[in-house]
Amino acid sequence: MTTTPRQVVVTGLGALTPLGGDVASTWEGLLAGRSGVRRITEEWIQELPVHIAAPLAVEPPLGRVEARTLDRSQQMALVAAREAWADAGSPEVDQERLAACVASGIGGVTTLLSQHDVLREKGARRVSPHVVPMLMPNGPASTVGLAFGAKAGVHAPVSACASGSEAIALGLDIIRAGRADVVIAGGTEAAIAALPIAGFAQMQALSRRNDTPQTASRPFDKARDGFVLGEGAAILVLEAAEHAAARGARVHGVLAGAGISSDAYHIAAPDPAGAGAARAVRAALRSAELAPTDVIHINAHATSTPSGDLAEAVALRSAIGSHIDSVAVTATKSMTGHLLGAAGALEAVASILALRERIVPATRNLDALDDEIALDVVSIDNRKIGTGAALSNSFGFGGHDVCLAFTI
Amino acid sequence: MSQDILAGLAVILEEVAGVDPADVTPEKTFIDDLDVDSLSMVEVVVAAEEKFTVKIPDDDVKSLKTVGDAVSYIQRAGVAA
Repeated sequence: MTTTPRQVVVTGLGALTPLGGDVASTWEGLLAGRSGVRRITEEWIQELPVHIAAPLAVEPPLGRVEARTLDRSQQMALVAAREAWADAGSPEVDQERLAACVASGIGGVTTLLSQHDVLREKGARRVSPHVVPMLMPNGPASTVGLAFGAKAGVHAPVSACASGSEAIALGLDIIRAGRADVVIAGGTEAAIAALPIAGFAQMQALSRRNDTPQTASRPFDKARDGFVLGEGAAILVLEAAEHAAARGARVHGVLAGAGISSDAYHIAAPDPAGAGAARAVRAALRSAELAPTDVIHINAHATSTPSGDLAEAVALRSAIGSHIDSVAVTATKSMTGHLLGAAGALEAVASILALRERIVPATRNLDALDDEIALDVVSIDNRKIGTGAALSNSFGFGGHDVCLAFTI
Repeated sequence: MSQDILAGLAVILEEVAGVDPADVTPEKTFIDDLDVDSLSMVEVVVAAEEKFTVKIPDDDVKSLKTVGDAVSYIQRAGVAA
């Protein structure tokens, strides 16, 4: 006997991004086609081949004492979670029915690096006793769990640039399985530092348009040359539909399903056939009980790397079939840069708002669509859409593929 | 002397844990009264070592329950040095 899984709705949204200090300003930035990418002028970046990034538009508004024991990634997650929780109406929830799934791709890397400097320069006695809780990849999940008293589990799935989406997918599973009624889910990343930038640059993954930062992130464009590293956090409050209904909560949209797969192809390179990504998309549709023809909008992973964008286009055609020609595709990273472990969460927020507001923000910097990319990528003007389903893709180094399905 | 140490500890506690300097009196316990957790206590100790040029071995930290305990310890350690 099969039973209909519990429906999971999204009742709260929060974000701290290169475009704004909250969801409203970020969404306004996306609709306006603004770029959050800028030239970094600090001395540490001068010796690197890449001088651009997408830092937060607004520093995390936390008190000094609150901030000093939290890594920047934890600070961002906390701020976004507070916004999402308030947006959900600050619900009274049985703490044993509340979980937190907050992911980061890299964890507290700036803490790790700066404390390593302290160790070398000043010795072991001067290393902060907070360093381990600040650098551990589950730190942001724990910070958020503590802040809201989540006692049904605190989780931090780590899957590089798919982490944020995987955290949301895990939240869906947890509610469907009946292990919690409410999950605070999302991702955070604060990795704008010399070592990550040098490392990504050595992988030839980053754009080198140092002189024109705002044109550097150009997903699906013929002249794309890599991604731009961004930072930020985005958090969703996921809730069992009956729980939300019982308290009369305002519902932004439905997290209808999620699909997860893995490439088993290469540690970093995408499978050019997009087989794993296509499997994730199909799995998300199955999980949501949707047909490919229900999809009206796709928020692509589209980081602006030559091989990644191409593989995703192949995967989408394979999974959606010829109906892909009628789907409005967009690439949020053209404006925000790539928030790594927060990217999927931010794009989940954007997907939900696109469905709710019935408008797809145009992809920035798409001057000439790559001839090999057969997708209807929304560019220049935002596009009005009807009602239907939206998909949001996230893929990560390590061969991780995650697709989330939303309806309204 | 002990007043200077008390005032110095108040500065450290404000910096490390956001404790109101007015709350820093000898009878207060670090953990229960001033809400300084065990990790922040390590920071307080390291900062105090530096400020007062004393050594406070980890084994001795456990005996420092109150602000007054810390003031006397630092005073003794300072004299010994």
